[in-house]
Amino acid sequence: MVTLQRDETPKLMKGNEALAEAAIRANMQAYFGYPITPQSEILEYLTEEVPKRSTSVVLQAESEVASINMVYGAGSAGARVMTSSSSPGFSLMQEGISYIAASEIPCLLVNVQRGGPGLGTIQPAQGDYFQATKGGGHGDYHIIVLAPNSVQEMADFVFEGFRLAEEYRMPALILSDGAIGQMMEKVYLPKEGSLPLRQHDWAVTGKPKTRERNFITSLHMEPDKMETINLHLQDKYRKLRKEERYELFNVKDADIILVAFGLTARICNKARELAAEKGLRVGVVRPITLYPFPYDILASLAGPNRVFLTVEMNSGQMVEDVRLAVNGKSPVYFRGRMGGMIPTPEDLLLEMEALAEKHTLINQAVR
Amino acid sequence: MNTTIDSMELVYGKTEALTETPMHYCPGCGHGVAHKILMEVIDEMGITENTIGVAPVGCSVFAYMYMNVDMLEAAHGRASASATGIKRVLPEKFVFSYQGDGDLAAIGTAETIHTVNRGENILMVFINNGIYGMTGGQMAPTSLSGMKTSTSPYGRDCVSMGSPLKITELIANLPGAYYVTRQSVHTPAAVRKLKKAIKASFEAQKEKKGTCFVEIVSNCPSGWKMTPLEANDWMEKNMFPYYPPGDIKVPQGMK
Repeated sequence: MVTLQRDETPKLMKGNEALAEAAIRANMQAYFGYPITPQSEILEYLTEEVPKRSTSVVLQAESEVASINMVYGAGSAGARVMTSSSSPGFSLMQEGISYIAASEIPCLLVNVQRGGPGLGTIQPAQGDYFQATKGGGHGDYHIIVLAPNSVQEMADFVFEGFRLAEEYRMPALILSDGAIGQMMEKVYLPKEGSLPLRQHDWAVTGKPKTRERNFITSLHMEPDKMETINLHLQDKYRKLRKEERYELFNVKDADIILVAFGLTARICNKARELAAEKGLRVGVVRPITLYPFPYDILASLAGPNRVFLTVEMNSGQMVEDVRLAVNGKSPVYFRGRMGGMIPTPEDLLLEMEALAEKHTLINQAVR
Repeated sequence: MNTTIDSMELVYGKTEALTETPMHYCPGCGHGVAHKILMEVIDEMGITENTIGVAPVGCSVFAYMYMNVDMLEAAHGRASASATGIKRVLPEKFVFSYQGDGDLAAIGTAETIHTVNRGENILMVFINNGIYGMTGGQMAPTSLSGMKTSTSPYGRDCVSMGSPLKITELIANLPGAYYVTRQSVHTPAAVRKLKKAIKASFEAQKEKKGTCFVEIVSNCPSGWKMTPLEANDWMEKNMFPYYPPGDIKVPQGMK
């Protein structure tokens, strides 16, 4: 994580608008999108602000399918490019994302999640964790996934997302949700121009006489060549692990460790405070990069006399990664709400009290 | 009697805008000539360094192996969307897409219509041979009525399978379409006409006039299960009456 240069005075903004404003400040050169609730403010903000302030491209496409393929084109031409959508629309982009990942084109994607499956609901959810972190489209690939839990991070992660995408030549995704996209909070916006544009020697910009032509393709008919590409991608994903990011709260002496990302991590922190009043020793782990997932820190926290409770707004998706990390060294429980329902700190307190009872984890000092 | 030739004047050669890679196309296929004419125009106009092409999915998926310009290989149906992305961020460059009938007129219909409707300043080259060549001869959106293919083994029944789509006439109605023409590559005269159309399209692109759309009615000897000569003959007798070559939309003042 590079330290961002931010404004000294804060603004009060919606998450979606802070993200859009940050994109302008991050010298985004092109945006292609299609309206879908609850992220349409991003397209609206950009169509209003960009013509006043820069020569960047903002285009409302005919579909998410077209949007992502426009991103593929603009990114291939070397532009700093972004698109945004919400769950059903993000599903439509998966084929294009697979091509972009295969061709190693940097771009920034945003999924302001809503409840599903199907048309679902426009209320917030975290049901696209699997899709985001395990590839999403066809073939063996991953994308960088950043999970903001505040309006501040909606803005910050635009800079971080572009930086990582360009450094590793792969798509980066800001996996948010309808609540963080819609809520208003104080935000210290990153400073305009603080993320310099890069030149890409691989881009298709017109072939000068001084070099061979550049061509960008994801097609490799010979199996040995294709596997070489696969191995190269996997090697890159291994290198990406050094970018793992997470936050820890009070984990050192915790009997119960809550694991949550995005909105639910905020709720878990409140639940941790409530639990402390009851004499429970609770810590919180918040994965910030969902890919690469911070397995090692979770593994290091696992052990006897400690239980994990993963909290998500889905039926239990990240909990699979938590179990992989914990690897049987501690019990791992799950509490989730779906359909746009949001777990409350009081819900989680009851859950933790039951776990403490079951595992006799009441703080000895208090007892 | 022996004659010694001291020097010969080079009257024709392969354009440097094509690579040395041998093409994979079947004998008699129109793609090779279409590629050559497109790249000859780019070479002759001196815009090789300023041109970016977008290849499709289909028989011409490897166009980027043959065309000696910067190129992107797009997803099936999405060449014009990706070309839009390139052109929007590099508005002073020349951009073309190159697609077959399944790509442009079936899976990519929405992208085709909206790209033209926005009047993107690109050249869209559309090869129409009425069949899916690469996947082995299945029915295309442009397969003729009654045409037998591997997925219309009893002939295309327009009642249940729809009628052959005249996408070129359809997009010609859109305000963003500047120049729309239908050509072919089966005779020297046809090739010369195609070359003129491609050149006119790039000239229009330089002037930012809107979308130029060049359909090339072509053949598929392998998919049609004919010799190259039979295929060209069949194309003239069957494809041309339904897809008549000639200009469809010509702006005032264009030569």
